[in-house]
Amino acid sequence: MNASHQRKERFSLFAWVAVAIFGSVFLLQRDLADWVTQYPEAWTLPAAAWANIGMDWFVDHFRWLFRAISWLLTWPMDAILGLLTWLPWPTTISLFIGIAFVAGGWPLALFTLFALLYMVGIGYWTESMRTLALVAVSVPLSVFMGFGLGVSAWRSERANRLVQPLLDLMQTVPTFAYLIPILLLFGFGPVVGMIASAIYACPPMVRSTVLGLQRVPEETVESGIMSGASSGQLFWWVRFPSALPTILVGVNQSTMAALSMVIIAAIIGSSADIGWEVLSTMRRANFGESLLAGIVVALIAMLLDRITRGFAQDNQHSKTTRALRPQLILGIAGTAALSFLLLSLSVTELSEFPDPWVFYPAAQINDAILFITVEFGAALDQIKNGFLFFFLLPLRIGLENTIRPFTWGFDLTLTMKIGYLIACASLMLLSGYRYGWRFAVAIGIAAVLLYFGIERMPWPAMIALLVTLAWQTGGARVGLFTLAGLAFMLVTGVWSLGVRSLYLCFAAVLVSFIIGGSLGVWASQSDRVSRLVRPINDTLQTMPLFVLLIPILMFFQVGEFTAFLAIIAYAIVPAIRYTEHGLRHVNNDVVEAAIASGCTPFQILWQVRLPLAIPEIMLGLNQTIMFGLAMLIIAALVGTQGLGQAVYVALGQADFGEGLVAGLGIAFIAMSADRIIQAVSAEKKRALGIK
Amino acid sequence: MSSDKPKLRCRGLWKVYGPNATHFFAQSHDKASRIKTIRDADHIPAVCDVSFDVPEGEIFVIMGLSGSGKSTVIRCLSRLIEPESGTILLDGENLLEKSKEQMIEMRRRRVGMVFQHFGLLPHQTVLGNVAFPLKIQGLSISEQTTRAQQMIDLVGLNGREQSYPRELSGGQQQRVGIARSLASDPELWLLDEPFSALDPLIRRQMQDEFLRLQKLLNKTIVFITHDFLEALRLADRIAIMKDGAIVQVGTPAELVSNPANDYVAEFTRDVPKLKILTAGAILSEVDPQKISAPLEGNPTIENTTTIDQFLPILIRSETLNVANHAGDYLGSISVLDVLKKLAEETTS
Repeated sequence: MNASHQRKERFSLFAWVAVAIFGSVFLLQRDLADWVTQYPEAWTLPAAAWANIGMDWFVDHFRWLFRAISWLLTWPMDAILGLLTWLPWPTTISLFIGIAFVAGGWPLALFTLFALLYMVGIGYWTESMRTLALVAVSVPLSVFMGFGLGVSAWRSERANRLVQPLLDLMQTVPTFAYLIPILLLFGFGPVVGMIASAIYACPPMVRSTVLGLQRVPEETVESGIMSGASSGQLFWWVRFPSALPTILVGVNQSTMAALSMVIIAAIIGSSADIGWEVLSTMRRANFGESLLAGIVVALIAMLLDRITRGFAQDNQHSKTTRALRPQLILGIAGTAALSFLLLSLSVTELSEFPDPWVFYPAAQINDAILFITVEFGAALDQIKNGFLFFFLLPLRIGLENTIRPFTWGFDLTLTMKIGYLIACASLMLLSGYRYGWRFAVAIGIAAVLLYFGIERMPWPAMIALLVTLAWQTGGARVGLFTLAGLAFMLVTGVWSLGVRSLYLCFAAVLVSFIIGGSLGVWASQSDRVSRLVRPINDTLQTMPLFVLLIPILMFFQVGEFTAFLAIIAYAIVPAIRYTEHGLRHVNNDVVEAAIASGCTPFQILWQVRLPLAIPEIMLGLNQTIMFGLAMLIIAALVGTQGLGQAVYVALGQADFGEGLVAGLGIAFIAMSADRIIQAVSAEKKRALGIK
Repeated sequence: MSSDKPKLRCRGLWKVYGPNATHFFAQSHDKASRIKTIRDADHIPAVCDVSFDVPEGEIFVIMGLSGSGKSTVIRCLSRLIEPESGTILLDGENLLEKSKEQMIEMRRRRVGMVFQHFGLLPHQTVLGNVAFPLKIQGLSISEQTTRAQQMIDLVGLNGREQSYPRELSGGQQQRVGIARSLASDPELWLLDEPFSALDPLIRRQMQDEFLRLQKLLNKTIVFITHDFLEALRLADRIAIMKDGAIVQVGTPAELVSNPANDYVAEFTRDVPKLKILTAGAILSEVDPQKISAPLEGNPTIENTTTIDQFLPILIRSETLNVANHAGDYLGSISVLDVLKKLAEETTS
């Protein structure tokens, strides 16, 4: 065991040294041949064109089928849309309050009242109802499809092996990329956004169905069998109700996913819903308007989340304590709704919210924004330039190219280069001596990347580096998977776009993880901070992504820095959450033992809680990356360069092939990162003996 | 206890874990060599050639440590697990030859089972859980409620009908499990470590409750436990299992006074002998010639009375007449006989 371990260690060291030599050869020779820095166009395969040919054929032969489905779905859609826009607003509000009360009691009912009053008061009632109608059709569709798929995946191991990678792919392929084939197959119109969101919202439902059914205790099933249940009875009376709490969590997640896709689908337009309102005002740089509309989207998101979650949790609580009141409240709400409906026949203010009542302070907000950007423009620019010059640019094009009199105030002289070399080398030696050679390797890589820049690394060196990293941390399979993904990007000609995305995502994830991790540590130590952070996290996480762009866009305009901040705003949430959760839920016996041994609170945090929480924190890092990549796509709206932008452009041109290639590129990055970190986390868990 | 016509008869039961385990039974083998073949193929012989009879109305306890195969046996009896070989006769009908549908019918009417972790439906109330087997049979709501209510009263849970399992203590949850398993009035009652998940005091209470119910209902019972004292307390007869096979079958007194090997003896070592050894067991070692007729004036005790129960009487009269349940005289025992037996037990 020990000897083989040593052999393995030596082999790893050897591999890293080989990568270092291989990389330096390319780095030093990069001026000799063009193909070293730039993968030649002649070597690429026209994968996008092939995909388009395939898709054209498919569309030509099967469009009728999809158009038929789309035509079929317009019926329920129009019905619900008609109903929601026809119902007088006080009627709808009464009904919603009734439902909200049943789901979450008075607080939620009150919140619902205010949220809906805001929508109607600001003058976005019709748009909001259109969005709700889209969600109302797509969620049941998605829930049925997801449940069916989930049950079949749970029933048959073979189906499961087919479904699981499909789900991985569906959850990593960027949202915009979904829209292209759907657009081609189903045509235009609001129903297309609805179908896209139904498909997009499927995976969480499938996963929670499988998980819920798997987790039904064996003895519960056996007791059902011993009661003489037939297989149908066993499923519907024993397994399904026992799994229901988990399945309902899936319904909640599906609802949120459906809403976010409905909002994103506004990009293909023609639905005149609230998402479209946000997007079109944002494009015209009318930030006041888009902020007001964005708040509507956020409110809808919170409402749907709280209501569906309320029902999911209600199922686990006792029904005995308040058996009658829900019916009573629903009755009152129904009566109120009906009387408003009747009243609205004579009182026009009730059927149509009168324009003079609308309060729409967009102009005032715009003035305020203008005031701030003028008054604090210099400070805002300084923040932006500081990040650009001292963090983003060095990371992208390297210190070598960043340090100029214009940016840093001086030129990079030979003495400084030598100083950098000596500083890095001594840091490597020191850390290698203190913490082992892996640390030295990590510092060496960081130093090289920072000096030359991620974007300017020769592709053979980059591939060698990433594949070795994947292989050393996640094992041979993960290494091969990463190699395949990188090769795909290289051969299809999206390599440089991929590196650009990789760089921006890496930068944002790094910052999110450092700030989020620190906040998480703080929140784990202080209940007050924890209470403060939680609602902010909840809000950030339930908010459809591009609403997050608005406030940042207001102050920093279009550009990479805005994208960078937007990614951080979203990706910081899991970093905080997982760190806090991991630190707080360390095995209490160990903590008590540490206290009994006389540890100070600081020692407990650093020497007990932190090491034991590492697997959980790693999972947080994983989620941070996934969230970062998701937001990277949306950030294409505010001007990024990279795969996200490529997908967005492809969507604009309905170019299936380009969208697919760029989308798969992102999916590969996401899946490789996921597998690497999962493997490291599992390894850590095993080493710590945590289940 | 008539052994000629047992209610449940289990013969040559085998359960092997691993792919394609049936081929081990293609040719006939003796037990030891078959176990060896199975192990050599990296399969796990969980139950090896287990045979036993349970007469009507008997509490038959299978006792063994974890991994001994006892839970597998009871799951084979209910066909929650399919054994590879053997016969299980309930009233002469082989359960292993029943079709799926027949087995469902069997479980609906004739076999009830209680589980270690209760296996209650979390979304159903106490009433709903107890009525569940009846609902499955398609009984009307009023029939379901009446019958379920009887069962709930029987296990002493009246007043908790509308509670959910999560609102009950462990002991109460198992009462629900017991009530449910009895709802369709089964003849064969299987209990898989029903009290193992409970606290010691509650366990004791539930054991008394179980004995009370059995006196009332007179079911044919197979009871699984890993607790030797529990087995002694409850059993008419005990089978001790080790490595998938039965090591010894006998009444509690037989096991304690005559352990078949060191493994069984190890269990009996800490058993309080006074509570196990019966008048009958002591009598079996007394020379039958010594006293052939009941001694006038001496008190008569039943042969199932344990030493701790008759000790106060023995002190007063030195010799006791022993009779069976029907009152037939079996013999007499003296203080000396009791002391001899005790000395023999504690020194061996």
